[in-house]
Amino acid sequence: MNSTVIMFYCISAFILGTGILAVTTGKIFRSAIWLLFSMMGIAGLYFWMQMEFIAAVQIIVYVGGIVVLIIFSIFLTQKSGEEMPKPPLTKTIFSLLAAILGFTFSYLLIYQYGFNDGNAPFELKVSDIGLKMLDTGEHGFILPFEVISVLLLAALVGCIVIAMKVKSIEE
Amino acid sequence: MNEINITDILLVSTALFFVGVYGFFTRRNMITMLMSVELILNSVNINFVAFNKYLFPQNLDGIFFTIFIITIAAAEAAVAIAIIINMYRSHHSVDVEDATDLKY
Amino acid sequence: MNIYSYIALIPLLPLATFLLLGLFGKKYFSSISGILGTFTLAVSAFISLAVAYSYFFVNGKVDGVFQQIIPLKYTWLTFSPNVSIDMGIVIDPLSVMMLVVVTFVSLMVHIFSLGYMKGEERFATYYAFLSLFTFSMLGLVLSTNIFQIYMFWELVGVSSFLLIGFYFEKPSAVAAAKKAFIVTRFADLGFLIGILILSFHAETLDFQTLISRLTDTQSTQLMGITTASFMGVSMLTWGLTLVFMGGAGKSAMFPLHIWLPDAMEGPTPVSALIHAATMVVAGVYLVARLFPVFVFDAAALTIVTYVGAFSALFAAIIACTQTDIKRVLAYSTMSQIGYMMFALGVSGKGGEEGLGYMASLFHLFTHAFFKSLLFLGAGAVIHLVHSNDMKDMGGLRKHMPITHITFLIACLAIAGIPPFAGFFSKEEILTAAFHSNKLIYVLAVFTSGLTAFYMFRLYFSIFWNKEAHLHGEHHGEGTLSMKIPLIILGACALLAGFVPIADWVTSDGIALETHIDIVFSILPVALAIGGILLALSFYKTENSKSDKIASSLNGFYQAAYHKFYIDEIYLFVTRKIIFNLIGRPAAWIDKNIVDGLMNKMASGTAVISEKIKGFQSGKTQEYALYFFLGIISLSALFIYIIK
Repeated sequence: MNSTVIMFYCISAFILGTGILAVTTGKIFRSAIWLLFSMMGIAGLYFWMQMEFIAAVQIIVYVGGIVVLIIFSIFLTQKSGEEMPKPPLTKTIFSLLAAILGFTFSYLLIYQYGFNDGNAPFELKVSDIGLKMLDTGEHGFILPFEVISVLLLAALVGCIVIAMKVKSIEE
Repeated sequence: MNEINITDILLVSTALFFVGVYGFFTRRNMITMLMSVELILNSVNINFVAFNKYLFPQNLDGIFFTIFIITIAAAEAAVAIAIIINMYRSHHSVDVEDATDLKY
Repeated sequence: MNIYSYIALIPLLPLATFLLLGLFGKKYFSSISGILGTFTLAVSAFISLAVAYSYFFVNGKVDGVFQQIIPLKYTWLTFSPNVSIDMGIVIDPLSVMMLVVVTFVSLMVHIFSLGYMKGEERFATYYAFLSLFTFSMLGLVLSTNIFQIYMFWELVGVSSFLLIGFYFEKPSAVAAAKKAFIVTRFADLGFLIGILILSFHAETLDFQTLISRLTDTQSTQLMGITTASFMGVSMLTWGLTLVFMGGAGKSAMFPLHIWLPDAMEGPTPVSALIHAATMVVAGVYLVARLFPVFVFDAAALTIVTYVGAFSALFAAIIACTQTDIKRVLAYSTMSQIGYMMFALGVSGKGGEEGLGYMASLFHLFTHAFFKSLLFLGAGAVIHLVHSNDMKDMGGLRKHMPITHITFLIACLAIAGIPPFAGFFSKEEILTAAFHSNKLIYVLAVFTSGLTAFYMFRLYFSIFWNKEAHLHGEHHGEGTLSMKIPLIILGACALLAGFVPIADWVTSDGIALETHIDIVFSILPVALAIGGILLALSFYKTENSKSDKIASSLNGFYQAAYHKFYIDEIYLFVTRKIIFNLIGRPAAWIDKNIVDGLMNKMASGTAVISEKIKGFQSGKTQEYALYFFLGIISLSALFIYIIK
């Protein structure tokens, strides 16, 4: 029981606790805030795994970008103080059963597989990521990188088109 | 219990995944459903990073997958929110059960 | 061989006319459709005559025997290397004679119709149908293949259906057309089964091969078909009898004759064409075509003989009592066809034995002329009187002299008075019957007397009897186009007996010596003259002698007048027995079991879909739940159960 282990359990409990709160809480704005915490907890998990770069990206993109976007959309569409309608009990029970069933199943699989971790030292240098990202060689990622850029552009244009279309209809 | 190994991390990510799934099933508000999807994506990210770190430390593939997933998640969230706002404008509701125009 | 290259044109020209007039006639050719049809048919007739000349006089004979020539053959469907359906043309004495008869009579009818059908609204359609009919009949007589003959056989049935029902506004015409179609179709079922039996055992559909295999005593096919038996009768007899059944249906032999009198509902020239000269002799043609095989089977030939002889007598008795002139002619046709049939039945193959075969076809030849003449003459009379009933006629000889003379010639010819055409052919038939079967001979001679009686009853009733009392406008004998065929056919009826058919159309292709035996001829001719004199005394002037005789024979007369109640028997059998015992149960099965099963399946589907339509809720989350559960169960299935 050293400090890393305790830290891991704390982070895990934080992620799962805030995650559960995010999907169960009655008020939508609180739900978004719990999601934000959960994302930060995941970033903490990355820090714990010594993946500082990924953790930074997680915080910048998720916490700073997506969750804020979600909060904006809540402001645009919801009265944030209002309690959301509760799902019907049968639905809750069935969803819970399904989720627990899936979890048990997956966990059994993972547990029985018995991953063999080599405990080899792993060091992440940001410069390696940059080099690999633009590498045209055998293990380079230049093609996915370009494809992702095009995808982002397409998503951008798509958002604008969707937004504009409504205006033209309203006019 | 002295050492945290990959199975423990996978346990966390699996649990987070099914928390997302549960949210996806129970929430009727589209924005909250989107949040559940983000949780699911994050749990997958944790998996990739953990695999990379514990099983294939000599490679960087897991890291790259994580980066790409984050990027795609951002794009997906943007498009989804555009659609949600658009639907709110036309239907004055973001309830998924009101979006039944394509049923028939 | 040069003329034979044009032979395909003979059937194809009427087909082209049919297509042209049937598709465009009403719109573009309504005025000239008659001329067009007549002209193309005249070309066909001319080619047929040229072919006949070339075949009989120039190059048909090799060493004194007429050869079978197949100038055209095209394999249409191949079932196996040995069995194929061919479309082809066969030239032998039989088909050449039929070609001439069909095209010639059809041409006469075409010309006659120009006047008779003038002003008819569906004039072009009428000529289209006539062309179709001529095409099918020509195709039938030229067939090389038993299946080809079946196809044309059915086409003949269809076109006769169309022509009988030409006046489709009249319910009786529609009923007659249906009756003709159904009765002949029923007979054709037998024909088809017969074809299948014969060709199954002979392993071919081709006439030439089939005949050579089934007449070769060494062949395995003949062994097979004679040893195989069904219900104690050999398959050869079955096959031939069923083929004869088809022929009997088309040729209106008892008991399948019921359609022929009703078929008189069609336009009269059609009756002349179909029901006198061509279609009804198709049965005779068929038996003649397969005659070499029939000779091998005494049982089938006996059936042919007795059915023919009985039909001849039966129809002659009915003909004596009918008052509708076309029906009298229809029954006389049936009677004459009966002659041809039993002549085939009593015949053997080759030499003197084959006299019956020759006599039958000779009679077919002469009968075609005088019977079409009789029908066309009757048509001219009906055209004038506007009635079919002989009670409305009488004393017409002054009003229509040409019709009168030609009708008289035809009556003399059918009665068998020398030197008219019918005498020669009938003498040959009687001779053949005399040498083969005395019972048949007696029947035939008696029938020949009856024939003379009823024909002259008809003749006197139309042209003599009481004074003519025509009312309404009175337009003489009709147009020139109606007179010309009468005159031509009259000449033919007078002279056709001198055509040396005996030299040409024989069962083995070798010319047959025939001679008229004066002593032998005395009895039938005397009987015929007696019949004529009897008719003269009854019907020349108005008197009540015939009524007295009729009332003294009351029961029999009534039975004959009602055609021996054959129609009623058929109706009883179909309505009471077949409908009740077979039709209704079949309908019940169809309604309750076949339909019921389908309905149950449909309602079951509806119920199930009603139950499960809740799944298709349109709710995204429910779909996601099903999807998720599906994934879990599939992965569990593949991980734990199917390893």
